[in-house]
Amino acid sequence: MSSPLLEVENLRVSFPTHSGRVEVVKGLSFTLGRERLGIVGESGSGKSMTGRSILKLIRKPGEVTADKLRFEGIDILDQNEKQMRAIRGARISMVMQDPKFSLNPVMTVGEQIAEALVTHQKLGRKEVQQRILDMLTAVRINDPERVAKLYPHEVSGGMGQRIMIAMMLIPEPELLIADEPTSALDVSVQAQVLDIIDDLVTRKGMGLILISHDLALVSRYCDRILVMNAGRVVEECAAGQLDKAQHPYTRGLLAAMPVIDETRDELPVLDRTQWAGT
Amino acid sequence: MSALTLKNLDISYGDTKVVHGVNLDVPEGESFALVGESGSGKSTILRAIAGLAPEWTGEISVLGKPRTHGVDRNESRTVQMVFQDPYGSLHPRKTIDSALSEPLAIHGIGNRGERVEAVLKQVGLDQRFRFRFPHQLSGGQRQRVAIARALMLEPKVLLLDEPTSALDVSVQAEILNLLKRLRREQNLTFLMVTHNLPVVSFLCDRLAVMRHGRIVEIADVAQLKQGDLKEPYSRELLAATEGA
Repeated sequence: MSSPLLEVENLRVSFPTHSGRVEVVKGLSFTLGRERLGIVGESGSGKSMTGRSILKLIRKPGEVTADKLRFEGIDILDQNEKQMRAIRGARISMVMQDPKFSLNPVMTVGEQIAEALVTHQKLGRKEVQQRILDMLTAVRINDPERVAKLYPHEVSGGMGQRIMIAMMLIPEPELLIADEPTSALDVSVQAQVLDIIDDLVTRKGMGLILISHDLALVSRYCDRILVMNAGRVVEECAAGQLDKAQHPYTRGLLAAMPVIDETRDELPVLDRTQWAGT
Repeated sequence: MSALTLKNLDISYGDTKVVHGVNLDVPEGESFALVGESGSGKSTILRAIAGLAPEWTGEISVLGKPRTHGVDRNESRTVQMVFQDPYGSLHPRKTIDSALSEPLAIHGIGNRGERVEAVLKQVGLDQRFRFRFPHQLSGGQRQRVAIARALMLEPKVLLLDEPTSALDVSVQAEILNLLKRLRREQNLTFLMVTHNLPVVSFLCDRLAVMRHGRIVEIADVAQLKQGDLKEPYSRELLAATEGA
């Protein structure tokens, strides 16, 4: 592996409240190569804020500081909005949680995907059309010509999420951030969507940050896992080693999940007082 | 006695028929799960039993008594429903106390203060939550309130529509434990809709797998635990869960 794609050192995100500034991410550091990194944690652990701060999507009064936040040698914190626009979508893109709220309801699917492409590249109309159809085929949509003419309310949740993935991947970014890409979907569709992301990411040699609260899912699709609690990383491990996790928080999360051949009469519950925070 | 009996149940929304000829019998005290993908009609069955999807034909009986179409006052004292999204199912401008007292007021039941206190205790919420608004509570706490609301009229049957899918795994564990304890303490019958098979394994005795508005298989949880489901579609669901 050459130089890392993304370097993060001592990342802090804070928001003001009546009783002073509250830090939601407290000194996070990691580096990412062309690999698949999972960030796991409960609601409020700061995992989504981490994803957003990489794209500089945190608006005032929120505040992001870091000793280092570099993407391919570019200092993200130094970029102005115009420069960021050249990075967002084109080089780093993000798949959001819910297709229902993230697609534009008054534009057809094809138009939206085209917009993502022509914003960053000058291409002829025919070529754009071809790229859209190829991309829709790549996310396993049958009959892409018909789907490209549909509006978001005419497609199912799973299809909407695939359309969003198509839109995010069409400018061929180097890094994809997927923030709970499947939590609005069924189990059967979940696997399909993640397989598609996985396949495209591996094939194009991109970096992936998969943010989720589902430990099992993350361990299946990532190489490395960061477990976050109350704004800090409590444990970092290789995905295959998750069952050997040491930290009581990680162990607690693992134990709280029911399994398919469940014999326990009661599920162990996290004792929140132990970690002070959330 | 059976708590719930469905015979040849067809349910439609307007011109679209979404549930086709469902037959089901849930004995009293059992916890029964309906599983399947979105659009398979599982939530619609719950809605019909609760009186929220009135366009049905066939027969629905609750505790041996046939159910009428539409919302029925006596019905609501035997059957109550808990919805999926605790963020959407509580009135944002009513305190927990008034949300919980409302069913009592409608049914002319006295002693409201004490009953509210008692039910909060049952679902493991501190009394200080009683006069708060839903936005001051976390998702898990709200789901506890939603369960408390369903328990206010002391029903025998609870219809649970994905009660934990909007929650984190650790909070899910708390709610599942709570449901299990309540069932044991009050001898409740559960009819639960979910697409999470491990949850079925933890909380239920039997399950029905649904697809395209029909039941394709009814199995014991023991069969699920051993991976011994017969229908190809049920096996597919199981495989998706295990990530095999």
